[in-house]
Amino acid sequence: MNGPVFDYVLPLEDWIQTGVEWFVTHWRPVFQAIRWPVANTLDAMEAFLLDLPFIVFLAVLFLLAWRAAGWRVGLFSVAAMFFIGLIGLWDQSMTTLAMIFTALVFNVLVGVPLGVLAGRSDRMWAVLRPILDVMQTTPSFVYLVPVVMLFGVGTVPGVIATIIFSLAPVIRMTNLGIRQVTPDVVEAGDAFGATGWQMLRDIQFPLALPTIMAGLNQTLLLGMVMGTIASMIGAEGLGLTVLRGIGRLDVGLAATGGLSIVLIAIVLDRITQAMGQRRQNAAPQATTFKERLLRAIFGGALRLQQT
Amino acid sequence: MSVKIEVSDLSKVFGRSARSIDAALALQAEGQGKDEILARTGAVIAVSNVSLSVGEGEIYMVMGLSGSGKSTLIRCLNRLIEPTSGRVLVDGEDVFAKDARELREMRRTRISMVFQNFALLPHKTVAENVEFGLKVRGEARESRTSRAMETLSLVGLDGWENHYPENLSGGMQQRLGLARALANDPDILLMDEPFSALDPLIRADMQNELLELQQRLRKTIVFITHDFQEAIKLGDHIAIMKDGVIVQVGRPAELVARPADDYVVNFTNDIDRGRVFTAGTVMRSEGQSISEDSDCATASRAFNGLGLNCVFVLNGDGQPVGYLRERDVGGTEDLGRPVATAMATEFPCVSPDHHLADIYAYCDTDAPLAVVDDGNGRFLGYVSAQDILLTLAATGREEGEEPAGPREKEGRS
Repeated sequence: MNGPVFDYVLPLEDWIQTGVEWFVTHWRPVFQAIRWPVANTLDAMEAFLLDLPFIVFLAVLFLLAWRAAGWRVGLFSVAAMFFIGLIGLWDQSMTTLAMIFTALVFNVLVGVPLGVLAGRSDRMWAVLRPILDVMQTTPSFVYLVPVVMLFGVGTVPGVIATIIFSLAPVIRMTNLGIRQVTPDVVEAGDAFGATGWQMLRDIQFPLALPTIMAGLNQTLLLGMVMGTIASMIGAEGLGLTVLRGIGRLDVGLAATGGLSIVLIAIVLDRITQAMGQRRQNAAPQATTFKERLLRAIFGGALRLQQT
Repeated sequence: MSVKIEVSDLSKVFGRSARSIDAALALQAEGQGKDEILARTGAVIAVSNVSLSVGEGEIYMVMGLSGSGKSTLIRCLNRLIEPTSGRVLVDGEDVFAKDARELREMRRTRISMVFQNFALLPHKTVAENVEFGLKVRGEARESRTSRAMETLSLVGLDGWENHYPENLSGGMQQRLGLARALANDPDILLMDEPFSALDPLIRADMQNELLELQQRLRKTIVFITHDFQEAIKLGDHIAIMKDGVIVQVGRPAELVARPADDYVVNFTNDIDRGRVFTAGTVMRSEGQSISEDSDCATASRAFNGLGLNCVFVLNGDGQPVGYLRERDVGGTEDLGRPVATAMATEFPCVSPDHHLADIYAYCDTDAPLAVVDDGNGRFLGYVSAQDILLTLAATGREEGEEPAGPREKEGRS
């Protein structure tokens, strides 16, 4: 076996440690400010979902799924959630959903505008792109340590980790959606004297919407993944159930938690995907490209989608 | 006809840097060719020192093969492409001097564009597409809607307002493109190969409809095409472009009669000349008539002195009543009699707007064709069967000297 290649080891580890510690002490107000809206949204969302009577939830879910994706998906969604209730994981599921939705809200608020800016400016994209590359290739566990140091432990830091982890697809797909709008129609907008805002509102954004919806779909699913892993830093919900099952070598507990996660993921995926596709019918140009792209980028990585 | 668009010395160079563009311009000034400039500077000269003037209410065709710079040229007119140098005046206003707001204003109210690939908005209904330009300039919903309906019926798309563009056929999509451009009620329409993506039958329909619309609307239209037939059919003037340079400008009949070089000849050769030339363009008109009061001596002098072989006899209102050939005058003993007794009175009358193809049929008579004014029947000139045949038989430059174009006339009489 080889020993260390060099006698001297660059103390990168120490530098990062020192750097992050400096951040934690001096930038505390900033991180508190970031934490505040996330915590409030999460609390409100969780309280709402937990207070919602089981039967009302199912009814609303059915209506939503039925309108978006047809009665088959509607029935499946209701059956899946009914089953989760039956195996006693309802409250944990609602917590997980609250985490996912909170993450989704902030991903839309942050990701869509960033994506639009990137889509309209090559310079902005040149800056964002390497950051997104890093974000997407960094293993999910790696996010947990700095998040704990900066935001502490618990469900809120878990959501923040989820937001960061699942932000990239929204930005990417929004950027892509804006850029794939055919130059012809953009030129037409120019020729009729549209301002930048009119161009965005009347041409670029509506035509990019199917692609943006695909990005949101990906974000939701990545959020499910990260929401589970975030249980390692104390986030509650179904992830915690699974983690507990692992910790106690309780196969039954881990399996029911895992099954619930899969079911929720499928339900969310089917509904959001159908929403995106319904948009596409109005904008047929985007259809095939979006599908090709989805397969190319995410097809291998996320089998969930294909289940 | 007043000048609506005046383009002078317009150039557009596509290059990676200001330096390569400057270098390209310098080489161009030295008279270097396009390929040479591309090789040495990496810059492409798309439009090179183009000057032209478009009259109000006319259809001005810019014709050229792909890569000739015509699409770039038309986009310089409303600054969808920023030109490298030169000047464009619209109604006497310098387009390049406008700031972003003034430019938008101009595009919203005075210049609209129709695109080769229609460039419709797929997520908006037919009506919303037509309304787009009006929405952009901030008009209220009600006036937008009523204007959209008006314009849709103008192009024959009534009843389609709530469909989406994808439900329309190609021809209907371009009608919609045209309606969208007309809805703004601009003075100027820029049409970038609008009918090129349509199949031939539909294209012919659309051309006819455009001509009909133009009769009513009298817009100033700059129309890009790569189809010389289309240029001949629609154009009041045609500018032929090659490698970013305008090779020749003229009325359709002028181009066909006297093409400037082989490049133009290539296009004109395939043209049905009978549909290009009109009786008015080939007729002989000067010194071709005498009054009905005169005697045969006057006619004889006309034949001998001017080298004519036919004169028309006009009444007091200037209308033709008969014609004389040299042989009809007879010998010297007959010179005293009035022309009215010697002339032949059977001859066809045609309008100057008649195409030669429409008057072929008269060529089987020996008589020359009198060209008379549509309104008052006054004599304008005459066309002989021989003139018609010579005009039709000519194939561009090779024999270009002999047959009649409007200008050759003077040289011959």
